[in-house]
Amino acid sequence: MNHPAASEIQAMAWAGVGKAAPHESAQLHVLGQATYTDDIPEMQGTLHAALGLSSKPHAKLAAIDLAPVLASQGVVAAYLAKDIPGVNDCGPIIHDDPILADGKVEYVGQPIFIVVADTHDNARRAAKRAAITYDELPAILTPQAAKAAASYVLPPMHLKRGDFQSAYDAAPRKLKSTLYVGGQEQFYLEGQIAYAIPKEANGMHVYCSTQHPSEMQHVIAHALHLHSHHVLVECRRMGGGFGGKESQSALWAACAAIAAKKLNRPVKLRADRDDDMLVTGKRHCFYYEYEVGYDDEGRILGAKVDMVSRAGFSADLSGPVATRAVCHFDNAYYLSAADIRACCGKTNTQSNTAFRGFGGPQGAIAIENIIDEIARDVGKDALDVRKLNFYGKHDRNVTPYGQVVEDNVIHELAAQLEASSDYRARRAAVNAYNASSEVLKKGLAFTPVKFGIAFNVTHLNQAGALVHVYVDGSILVNHGGTEMGQGINTKVAQVVAHELGRDLSHVRVTATDTSKVSNTSATAASTGADLNGKAAQDAAGQIRARLAQFAASLHGGSAGQVQFYDDKVHVNGHAIPFTELVQAAYLARVQLWSDGFYSTPGLSWDPKTMTGHPFFYYAYGAAVAEVVVDTLTGEWKLLRADMLYDAGNSLNPAIDIGQVEGAFIQGMGWLTTEELWWNAGGKLMTHAPSTYKIPGVSDCPQDLRCNLFDNRNVADSIHRSKAVGEPPLLLPFSVFFAIRDAVSAVANHRINPPLNAPATSESILKAIAAVTGAMK
Amino acid sequence: MSEPIRFYYRGAVHTVDDVSPTQTVLQHLREDLHCTGTKEGCAEGDCGACTVVLGSLVDGQLELKTVNSCIQFTPTLDGKALFTVEDVQQADGALHPVQQALVECHGSQCGFCTPGFVMSLWGLYLNHDAQPCSRKQIDDALSGNLCRCTGYRPIIDAAQRMTELPKVPFDRAALATALQGLQRSQGATYSFEGRHFHAPRTLAELIELRASRPQALMLAGSTDVGLWVTKHMRELNDIIYLGNVAELKAIATDATHHPMLVVGAGVSLNDAYGAVCAHYPQLREMWQRFASLPIRNAGTLGGNVANGSPIGDSMPWLIALGSEVVLRSQAGQRVLPLEAFYLDYMKKDLQPGEFVEAVRIPLPLPLPQANVQFRTYKLAKRFDQDISAVCAAFALELDGGMVRQARIAFGGMAATAKRAPQAEAILNGQPWDEAHVLDAMAALARDYTPLSDMRASSDYRMMAAQNLLRRFWLETRAAAPLASSDVNVWEAV
Repeated sequence: MNHPAASEIQAMAWAGVGKAAPHESAQLHVLGQATYTDDIPEMQGTLHAALGLSSKPHAKLAAIDLAPVLASQGVVAAYLAKDIPGVNDCGPIIHDDPILADGKVEYVGQPIFIVVADTHDNARRAAKRAAITYDELPAILTPQAAKAAASYVLPPMHLKRGDFQSAYDAAPRKLKSTLYVGGQEQFYLEGQIAYAIPKEANGMHVYCSTQHPSEMQHVIAHALHLHSHHVLVECRRMGGGFGGKESQSALWAACAAIAAKKLNRPVKLRADRDDDMLVTGKRHCFYYEYEVGYDDEGRILGAKVDMVSRAGFSADLSGPVATRAVCHFDNAYYLSAADIRACCGKTNTQSNTAFRGFGGPQGAIAIENIIDEIARDVGKDALDVRKLNFYGKHDRNVTPYGQVVEDNVIHELAAQLEASSDYRARRAAVNAYNASSEVLKKGLAFTPVKFGIAFNVTHLNQAGALVHVYVDGSILVNHGGTEMGQGINTKVAQVVAHELGRDLSHVRVTATDTSKVSNTSATAASTGADLNGKAAQDAAGQIRARLAQFAASLHGGSAGQVQFYDDKVHVNGHAIPFTELVQAAYLARVQLWSDGFYSTPGLSWDPKTMTGHPFFYYAYGAAVAEVVVDTLTGEWKLLRADMLYDAGNSLNPAIDIGQVEGAFIQGMGWLTTEELWWNAGGKLMTHAPSTYKIPGVSDCPQDLRCNLFDNRNVADSIHRSKAVGEPPLLLPFSVFFAIRDAVSAVANHRINPPLNAPATSESILKAIAAVTGAMK
Repeated sequence: MSEPIRFYYRGAVHTVDDVSPTQTVLQHLREDLHCTGTKEGCAEGDCGACTVVLGSLVDGQLELKTVNSCIQFTPTLDGKALFTVEDVQQADGALHPVQQALVECHGSQCGFCTPGFVMSLWGLYLNHDAQPCSRKQIDDALSGNLCRCTGYRPIIDAAQRMTELPKVPFDRAALATALQGLQRSQGATYSFEGRHFHAPRTLAELIELRASRPQALMLAGSTDVGLWVTKHMRELNDIIYLGNVAELKAIATDATHHPMLVVGAGVSLNDAYGAVCAHYPQLREMWQRFASLPIRNAGTLGGNVANGSPIGDSMPWLIALGSEVVLRSQAGQRVLPLEAFYLDYMKKDLQPGEFVEAVRIPLPLPLPQANVQFRTYKLAKRFDQDISAVCAAFALELDGGMVRQARIAFGGMAATAKRAPQAEAILNGQPWDEAHVLDAMAALARDYTPLSDMRASSDYRMMAAQNLLRRFWLETRAAAPLASSDVNVWEAV
């Protein structure tokens, strides 16, 4: 392991980095004083917009009569695609994503028009009153159907390493099967919202709940036929994002801005929950077909997987999601011969998008399912088969896409969790319970995580920041990342406080604002604190260097030996209060603010061959889950979960544990209770919390043990920490496979249950029936 | 003559006379009072971001209850006290223990759901006199609050931590006095732009209003009607609000023939389940799983019965126990077996001018007069706040090893909550044994033709319904009956 430098240890002893500081907004949250976009006091003359949605999955728009809409109470105006001043597109990569449907609709819920009224309710009521004539066209509603029809939003991808066919043919044991894993609604508690305020000389100021202010700025500029410098996008915080506000906040931002521009009045567009869920994309569901060859011990000799995702009607981020799925099919396992294919099925449904993990979980769950099946076939505990296939430390350490795994800690981490969770004894206890229990069966599973950190697309790995030190010694930080609850502002403030030796209370982080830091990347791919923390450190470091130089010029000694801690500047035996030095520096005309910039080093990616060095480092983790399943109804309950996560040298252990546990429960929801269900007419029927069930308080197990693994990042990340946003979403694989383990207990673990995700009670009971049937 | 809406808010009487009768409390807070701490997450009472605490006087006693402000109409606040997240902070500006504990335990991440959690925890704090709570009590208090960030563990920790911090008293007496001054001696009508919200205070007033306004909508807890407005954008007729009718708030026993528990139509679901569970502890899980605490605080058993949804969770067990519905009009009372009340999908045997006055629930007779086995089971995707895919209730009168009478009722299996006559016929007069149970399970396929929808497929509904009958048998068989911890994952250890 990499050890900290002496100066770093000294610095850590006094500064905030590494401490469990509360979220910077925690007090505001509990007081109800944290301002979200809808809480901003409205400007005089503000109008409210709503969207008119398609009721057909695929149809030509033969006629649209908006007269009843315009006649509705309080309505001021209504706009169609033809009314958009600029480009009718909000696609993040491929420009196939109309803001408003033009000539045809491609899913139930697609926005067709904007209606603007005096109140939110009047706009919503009017939006339902359009008379639209559809000429219906055939619709494709599942990824399997899309694949059968070769209907894709992008060309299929293929990553090949070694000779799968020879390895498979020569393997002593083989299996071939399929798996279906459903999608997932982000269900941020604060729905999509944008509030657009026209400014002088074509200016447009848009408050938006978004993970990607710069992209909102560009989409709005294009839609309004303006330049980027006309548009200012601001986001103080989101009430959750989870990927759902990376690209898909654009439609709402653009619609609000279009209406505001047309009317020259402030316009707010706040999605009702049902509209939000009907309009926006979700996590991609995946369907897998796989073939694997392995030896009698369970070691994989060759693996082939063919995945198709539900992309929805447009590309959105489906390409990068599929790429990440391809790059995470290996998870923590060495695959000497791998043939990995992925395609993005074009379906007449919402355009699926980013969701925490971004294809990574979908790639990795397939190999975990395979290992689970291998273990049952060779009659071993699945943990032993997992260990057998782990990446090696010095050999068997090259991923299918060619990156060498240089920071592998999965062996130590797994061993620690196996011991701390008492895995072996609990396995015996579960077996004993099942032997005597007629109706209920318990299951236990251990699953590991290895997750690549960085945007797969190299150029996105950059960030900027702006740090101001004011004459009174207070510090203001701005950076390109966005706060969605993950605590990025807390971590960045800690980094800046650390750099300048100030107590955290003197540092304030303000709203993300495209007029302060430009051309930012989305806060996504778990990189927010990594990138923006480094950029802010760079900015603060420049100020620190100037202050050190100035202090040395006053008090002697060398600038390099000046220390900043305890709110003082320590120079040549003197301890000058930070504020005092800053005041003197101002009078001496020293620049007390600075920008900062960071780009992640050493990354490369060739999309054609799907090889390169796409990740800066890997984050690791593992979890053990124990469940009980009712074989009569398929109901289940999580009894205990243990998790261990590698956050490197954690910037803030409290925030990191919060991320790990939150991801665990959220990922558990994806794999169990959260079912997206479309009716035969292609309408999503689970479009509100009454029908779409994210985990509730009782789903948090009585016994939940979450710890951080003691590690330091080998890569030169911000204070040697590791990212924490997405990787723990894979930890609840343990829940899914514990359920599968319990189901297989009905046949003494001899038969692989055909369990698909989400493992609803229905899905579980169906798998139990199949296992019972196969036994007869 | 329109009477203004008057309620206690921020330490003073707040008067409203210029809002639609169906404006929600949440809209009033956010749009009119510019009090934006309370959030809208779903506008259907399912996420809890809008949770507020209402204070009201019931029989002179102060009650403090959480409700979902997104589906409560502003006129229902008349005579009550409204507390929001902005009211919880201590007078000197210090955080309340509820808030302090959430900060200390890292209970907020994005913070959007947090005000709702603060209010639910504050309700728990007030109603438990700041005493420590069990995990089950905490889960119950938070069953209506969704958090997408934390996974709940830090919030549960905060619920435990809050009672360890220095206690902060709440002046109940002062609030009760303030509310006393707001109570009306007789019914009042609030009118706005030609729409009326009638709030009678006596049964006599209600009967007369109902007779003279047969088109008016009867409103109790607003947990369904609220969605007609927020989700279906419906313009409602005039409203008759039952919430202030004293007689309908009563729970009584009537031993005229068979001892009966009589639950007035205005009794909240939480109070009704509490009273019934005192006699039927088998209903405890259903009590906890019936929607969420804020929904049970607002909704009424009478409303659940009058609404008559095919997936309502009360009807199966009410029918299995042989409950009756009491209907009232100017013509007097009419009492029907509950199962006879439901004619078809959302169609009831309710005459113009008639309304549900009460539900009569037979109480168990002491042994050995009756040996009745009774269970109700709920199947849904989630434990907390979820609508059933299948809801089953079984009541079996046994005589030795023989079934004297079986009453089986299911929700989620037909257009109404409905008995299973063919399965019952197989069991009646026969030994309570596995062979007859298997036959009865098969007969359920003739009793019901369930639908497929987003909650479950018809196949699952049927298989699970049959297996629930099996579970009932395993729990009640004479030889080696299984404990609930052997057949129910929620009880398993």
